[in-house]
Amino acid sequence: MATGHGHDDHHHGPAKGITRWLYTTNHKDIGTMYLVFSLAMFLLGGTFALVIRAELFQPGLQFVTPNFFNQMTTMHGLVMVFGAVMPAFVGLANWMIPMMIGAPDMALPRMNNWSFWILPFAFLMLSSTLFMDSGAPNFGWTFYAPLSTTYAPSSVTFFIFAVHMMGVSSIMGSINIIATIQNLRAPGMTYMKMPLFVWTWLITAYLLLAVMPVLAGVVTMMLFDIHFGTSFFSAAGGGDPVLFQHVFWFFGHPEVYIMILPAFGVVSEIVSTFSRKRLFGYDSMVYATSSIAFLSFIVWAHHMFTTGMPLAGELFFMYATMLIAVPTGVKVFNWIATMFKGSISFETPMLFAIAFVVLFTMGGFTGLMLAISPADFQYQDTYFVVAHFHYVLVPGAVFSIMAATYYWLPKWTGNMYDENLGRLHFWLSFIGINVLFFPQHFLGLAGMPRRIPDYALQFADFNMLSSIGAFIFGFSQLLFVFIVIKAARGGKKATAEVWDGSHGLEWTVPSPAPYHTFSTPPVIK
Amino acid sequence: MAEADTHQRSLGRQAAKLALYALGMFGFGFLLVPLYDVFCEVTGLNGKTGGKYQYEQAQASVDESRAVTMQFTANNNAAMPWEVRPMQHQVTFHPGELVQVTFYARNPTGQRMVAQAVPSVVPFKSADYLHKTECFCFTQQILDAGEAVEMPLIFFVDRALPADVSKMTLSYTLFDVTQNFAAKGKALSAN
Amino acid sequence: MLPTIKKTVNKLWSGVALTLLAALPALGLAAPQMNMTQGVTDISRDTYGLHMTIIWVCVAIAVIVYGVLVFSLIKYRKSKGAVPATFYHSTKAEIVWTLIPFIILIAMAIPATQVLTATYDTSDAKLDVLITGYQWRWQYRYLSGDGQEVVFFSNLSTPQEQIDNKAEKGEHYLLEVDEPLVIPVHTKVRFLLTAADVIHSWWVPAFAIKKDAIPGFVNEAWVNVNEPGIYRGQCAELCGQQHGFMPIVVKVVEQAEFDAWLAEKQAAAAAIAELTSREWTQEQLIAEGQTTYNTFCVACHQPTGLGLPPAFPALSGSPVATGPIEKHIDVVLHGRAGTAMAAYGALLNPIQLAGVITFERNALGSNRVGDMVTPAEILQAQQAAQ
Repeated sequence: MATGHGHDDHHHGPAKGITRWLYTTNHKDIGTMYLVFSLAMFLLGGTFALVIRAELFQPGLQFVTPNFFNQMTTMHGLVMVFGAVMPAFVGLANWMIPMMIGAPDMALPRMNNWSFWILPFAFLMLSSTLFMDSGAPNFGWTFYAPLSTTYAPSSVTFFIFAVHMMGVSSIMGSINIIATIQNLRAPGMTYMKMPLFVWTWLITAYLLLAVMPVLAGVVTMMLFDIHFGTSFFSAAGGGDPVLFQHVFWFFGHPEVYIMILPAFGVVSEIVSTFSRKRLFGYDSMVYATSSIAFLSFIVWAHHMFTTGMPLAGELFFMYATMLIAVPTGVKVFNWIATMFKGSISFETPMLFAIAFVVLFTMGGFTGLMLAISPADFQYQDTYFVVAHFHYVLVPGAVFSIMAATYYWLPKWTGNMYDENLGRLHFWLSFIGINVLFFPQHFLGLAGMPRRIPDYALQFADFNMLSSIGAFIFGFSQLLFVFIVIKAARGGKKATAEVWDGSHGLEWTVPSPAPYHTFSTPPVIK
Repeated sequence: MAEADTHQRSLGRQAAKLALYALGMFGFGFLLVPLYDVFCEVTGLNGKTGGKYQYEQAQASVDESRAVTMQFTANNNAAMPWEVRPMQHQVTFHPGELVQVTFYARNPTGQRMVAQAVPSVVPFKSADYLHKTECFCFTQQILDAGEAVEMPLIFFVDRALPADVSKMTLSYTLFDVTQNFAAKGKALSAN
Repeated sequence: MLPTIKKTVNKLWSGVALTLLAALPALGLAAPQMNMTQGVTDISRDTYGLHMTIIWVCVAIAVIVYGVLVFSLIKYRKSKGAVPATFYHSTKAEIVWTLIPFIILIAMAIPATQVLTATYDTSDAKLDVLITGYQWRWQYRYLSGDGQEVVFFSNLSTPQEQIDNKAEKGEHYLLEVDEPLVIPVHTKVRFLLTAADVIHSWWVPAFAIKKDAIPGFVNEAWVNVNEPGIYRGQCAELCGQQHGFMPIVVKVVEQAEFDAWLAEKQAAAAAIAELTSREWTQEQLIAEGQTTYNTFCVACHQPTGLGLPPAFPALSGSPVATGPIEKHIDVVLHGRAGTAMAAYGALLNPIQLAGVITFERNALGSNRVGDMVTPAEILQAQQAAQ
């Protein structure tokens, strides 16, 4: 990818061979490693998903045992959330934030190296449980006690340590991002001049810093319950299994926004570029993002409407959750107002960004429905919820990552990707995703619970359709891998600006971006 | 160069501050445990009932104008082999009145065992008004092989009980805590 | 290239649609249900009403939002020579689209609050049923003031051959049980929910009830069904490997029929005592035990008796199932602390217990011990001091 450049002669280029990657403190190298790692995890988690969809293609048990099926749903969730989506955004942050704010590198480069290299080991440890006698964790990615404590397979300890490692990695990553944004902005780059991607990441980093330690806390309590005889989550010793859910979702709900706020940033950049128009309502975008982040801390129990809360609690969490629709609506309206009266072209990044706006909004609508507590009694733990959060996470978070990849790939590699193949990849993904997840709304409403390996006959048609969509979507991602490798190896040379509507500091450096950029800070007027 | 050093130091300081903040949030995760207990007690969440209560005649004058029915159930957690049942399945009384009932428990196994009974009361909004002055759930129960016991429960319901509550259910779940008990080094050998 | 892609896309679409249409008659099914059920209680109808209202609100918003989006995408294309405007801000517009959603939300919150409040009013129920979730079955206990309680387990009754695709699947595949919960129509019934091991969730869509069953704690729900009938649901909280196989069936009948059913159940409970004391042969016990084994033991210990080690050990050839019978009886009656093996002494009657032990020793896997234990002996073991 980014190699040394003659005109940059007062800096040394990257080291040669494997040590370049092991010892690197360069934000571009580390960004690349994060992105490649997350792509690998995306394919691994996708494979787990295809095992699930293959089993659900028809009623009856065909391929796997119920226990292995539960291991697949658990590992799919963990790998996708912690291995694919989060590292991908950290990778984008590493590559782009210094370039967007005119900084020479991340503020704490050595820690940066650390926070990446922890990850492969965490996931190696997690994946190794699949080959253990007891099998991998089988209690769902939400690992509710006591299923994940008293009744867990012995591999749960490996799972706990893997989560601890992921947490340490995320916390170090977010400390680095905050320190970079707050200290290394080029002269004149005031907060309200920062690109929206930088803003959303700043807020995300604070969210991560606040909730990853809580996740570490909850798994530590599990560890103590399992091995040291405490009773945090067992009624026998004065604990409470519902406490687990409160602590978990105190982490879990902000976590949802951790996975979507940077996506908002990416989409804001792209929509504005390809509409050739300044982003509409920049200020309100910043305020909306902050409000969403704040609200994310006071809505966690909407994941627990059926646990039997007192009426007042149920009402509070219902109202607070409904409120989130307001700032989220503002964002969608602003994106559309940006496109309105613009001059729009439809390159692959823009296609993904438009699909994001449309389909994320779908996820938002179902989210609003789920907020209505009495109706939630019917939706909770059904495929309706599965459809909802996959609409938010796949055409939401994942599409935004793909949009970002196509958008910045020319800057990273110096080469244009194959536009025709990119569009083919988009359409296959777009169709695949809707065939995959739209029918799941119907399944949930008709009464199919989630996390079951077999189902009643009235659910057969939509499950089959959903599985067909899954295979279309899954295999189209191989095309994505091909496109990225092809662009990395060569192709039409990209200009510094790459896109004719591009704006921002990252487009003022040559393509590919030199190994060291902004050693002398630019001045922003 | 000196400027760059100062810069590095201030970055280091900020990183340390942020790390401290993360550490604080780790602590906050644990703080949620007692916070939750307080929250449960205030709201009656999960039907958790309070600890031992002192019955004071003065505050507990009986409200003869209304009657409340209390229903009792006893359940075993899965691996718990004891027989357990309430000896009265329900009683009707006035708020403020002191009521005594008994539960029967028997250890049918060949080992000495320790049990913990966990109470839960519905409706949740009534939990705050149930005051137990004596309950077998306050301590762990130890029974020898084949031993049976009648366990007392004495309680009263506060006069302030919401007017729309006329029936409550008090449920006990028995957990086998023999292993935990032994692990804490307490003597379990028969005497 | 682009038209080719569009063609490919169209082909794919029609392929998917054709597959779906072809699949319908092949499975012998009519058009599948796509929306929430209206259910058979006032609450479930109100819930359905809320659901439809919020859907239409979303559809209305979607039409406007997607309408403007599609309009922009068509009208302001660069390829059509659109020139970008320069505005990037409008306080008025931003205030409007912050306030309007806010007002819509308040309008939604009011009916939602009313329905929710109603679901919390469990007072004045005529019948109380304690529902306990076990891995992986439901237990129903009809509470009564005099201790004349009726209690039974409700197990999945779909044969394993259907699940393994070795037999044709029945109409109510995976949604059928050996003994349904029976409740009277037009009567307020209160459910108390708890669990014996992990968290389960009791869900019957037609009642709009989904409530978690949590070990150690009791939750409340209530129902007043308007129409007699059979209503089906499933466990809705992941509770281990057989989570997908613990259905709920509720039979709602007229009061008179309910009374007769309850009396019959009470009589049957009394009859067990008599059956326990009669003479049993090994063959009879093995037959009785086969049924019990297939209902309560097969999920973990497997039809072959080989188990799923290391979590669920084999019984075939095991020291317990082929060694001294006293130890075997002890494990089945009292469980094994710290493992998934529950204490069945408190869950099954002496006939079932004697049957399953005799079956496991003589007809499971390669076990052919040759001995037996009678229901009376089980009763004796349960009552013995030591």
